[in-house]
Amino acid sequence: MKSPGISVRPIITLEGGHEVNDVFLDNVKVPVENRIYHENQGWTCAKSLLLHERSGIAGVARSKRGLERLRQMARSELADDTGPLLADPFFKRKVAELEIDLTALEYTELRTLAGESAGKGPGPESSILKIKGTEIQQRLTELTLEAAGHYGAPYLRNAPHNLGAVGPDDAHGVAGAYFNVRKTSIYGGSNEIQRNIIAKVVLGL
Amino acid sequence: MDFSFTDEQSMLRDSVASYLADHYDFDTRRASINSADGWRPAVWKAFAEDLGILGASFSEDHGGLGGGATEVMVVMEEFGKALVVEPYLGTVVIGGGFLKHGAPAGAADLIGKIIEGKATFAFAYAEPQGRYNLSDLKTTATRKGAGYVLNGMKSVVVGAPWASHLIVTARTGGGQREAQGVSVFVVDKSTAGLITRDYPTVDGRRASEVTFENVSIPADALIGAEGAALPLVEQVVDEAIAATCAESLGVLRRLHEGTLSYTKERKQFGVPIASFQVLQHRMVDMFIQLEQSISMTYMAHIKLGESAAERAKGVSAAKVQIGRACRFVGQNAIQLHGGMGMTDEMAIGHFFKRATMIEGEFGSVDHHLRRYEALSLDKAA
Ligand SMILES: Cc1cc2nc3c(=O)[nH]c(=O)nc-3n(C[C@H](O)[C@H](O)[C@H](O)COP(=O)(O)OP(=O)(O)OC[C@H]3O[C@@H](n4cnc5c(N)ncnc54)[C@H](O)[C@@H]3O)c2cc1C
Repeated sequence: MKSPGISVRPIITLEGGHEVNDVFLDNVKVPVENRIYHENQGWTCAKSLLLHERSGIAGVARSKRGLERLRQMARSELADDTGPLLADPFFKRKVAELEIDLTALEYTELRTLAGESAGKGPGPESSILKIKGTEIQQRLTELTLEAAGHYGAPYLRNAPHNLGAVGPDDAHGVAGAYFNVRKTSIYGGSNEIQRNIIAKVVLGL
Repeated sequence: MDFSFTDEQSMLRDSVASYLADHYDFDTRRASINSADGWRPAVWKAFAEDLGILGASFSEDHGGLGGGATEVMVVMEEFGKALVVEPYLGTVVIGGGFLKHGAPAGAADLIGKIIEGKATFAFAYAEPQGRYNLSDLKTTATRKGAGYVLNGMKSVVVGAPWASHLIVTARTGGGQREAQGVSVFVVDKSTAGLITRDYPTVDGRRASEVTFENVSIPADALIGAEGAALPLVEQVVDEAIAATCAESLGVLRRLHEGTLSYTKERKQFGVPIASFQVLQHRMVDMFIQLEQSISMTYMAHIKLGESAAERAKGVSAAKVQIGRACRFVGQNAIQLHGGMGMTDEMAIGHFFKRATMIEGEFGSVDHHLRRYEALSLDKAA
């Protein structure tokens, strides 16, 4: 990254964070030994690595933890009629549905892994993991934001710490997380592109 | 049915739109919400003096222009298109609504100040334990001498940092969630013992946590009947929801238009991405959500004049539609912008953030579904 000709411009994402940049390459000299894989076959190489990226993006374990945190939060947050939010029939139905979806994803992933240890893949089915995994992550942040109620609104990213907290701890930053996680259906090959891949490669359409 | 606007209402829309086009572009708004104050009192002054919109929905007896909820709807929709943060909803719709319907002693004077742009209001109603339940109140107002003493705390009071007055709901009797015992007060924000912790919100507004520590207020601060003000609160909140639905129409229109024009320009695989059928259908579904939301917003405004039960049913139904539309249209606007949609630089994300906050304002989809069920289905059973 220190090579002459490389410049980096920060991109601030919509929730206010900084995790991505524009990277400009202006006549950057790269020695031949730095070339990865064969000349003119970079995309073939990248595509095979992206299959792994996609299974990685599925994030089953991360979503399980997220679901546990959501349950925790919904136990302490109160519903409109005094009981905990997790006892609210509307809310608990949505949590159950999400958990079932996540279980399906987990077993789909286990089948993919079983295939891999038998020497197959990951094949284009990894697109299923990417689509469902990211949808589940997004749904989790939706429910967490709903659980926070009014306390989803405060934006405390730049607030001085000495002013003390606003609202319950587990409501902190939940709107930001919701906004940020919209990225997961866009990056790593957008979910529309993943569906194109399944249509073409898996279903032969 | 006639859904057309009068000439006056169309002129009102045009004058608000043209003022905002000249003074409220995206970069100007960004500078303003990031400034120390977070809003522009000069814009507020222009609303009062140049545009006259602060008085548009008040009667001529009160010094207004004689309009009502339809005028509010027109203004709010235009505000949604420009993501206006100035406290019109809190001041004119909520503050003004309580003063009009509750008619406390000083109402005429305060309404005059609202119209002149000299008084701004915020609505302190939600409490940390209460979620969207308007009667779940721990804040108390105890009679003392000739007045009352307030104690308690209110959550996320939008616009409070800019307000001269707060409208406060508090218990003068009854148990924590009982309908009986709810009272409403108008409180000068500079009253001793009223403490605020101010902060920005994710959609570019400012709000406060408000604590009342033995705040003494006079007897004529009471709005409506002592201990029997819940129906008044529900009426004003329903009017505020209808106005928020109107605002959402402006936001949804921008999200939809912005996505259409972006996908027509953006090329991938050598063609505009708008030529991909899957994206076309998505934009059609966004359009259907927008149209359904327009219909429900009109319906809710018509129901504002009917019985309390009809009004509540209509408004909750509209809010369910709008909550869902805000989520679907907002999420897909970002999705169809791809990586660009994720940047703070583009306006689209800011409309998405406002749409997301509207989903939860004055009650989530779940809350209003439940209210609707209770009002209509339970009765039929
Ligand atoms: C947080 C974040 C991190 C990122 N990190 C990296 C990184 O580390 N390295 C890197 O190289 N890139 C990275 N990216 C870029 C990312 O890979 C692209 O944003 C993504 O591939 C989408 O491309 P695009 O932004 O050009 O969107 P576009 O291609 O313009 O897509 C816009 C919309 O059109 C749809 N679309 C496009 N083509 C079709 C089609 N044929 N059929 C149907 N729909 C279609 C898309 O699905 C999307 O909804 C990152 C992006 C984000 C948001």
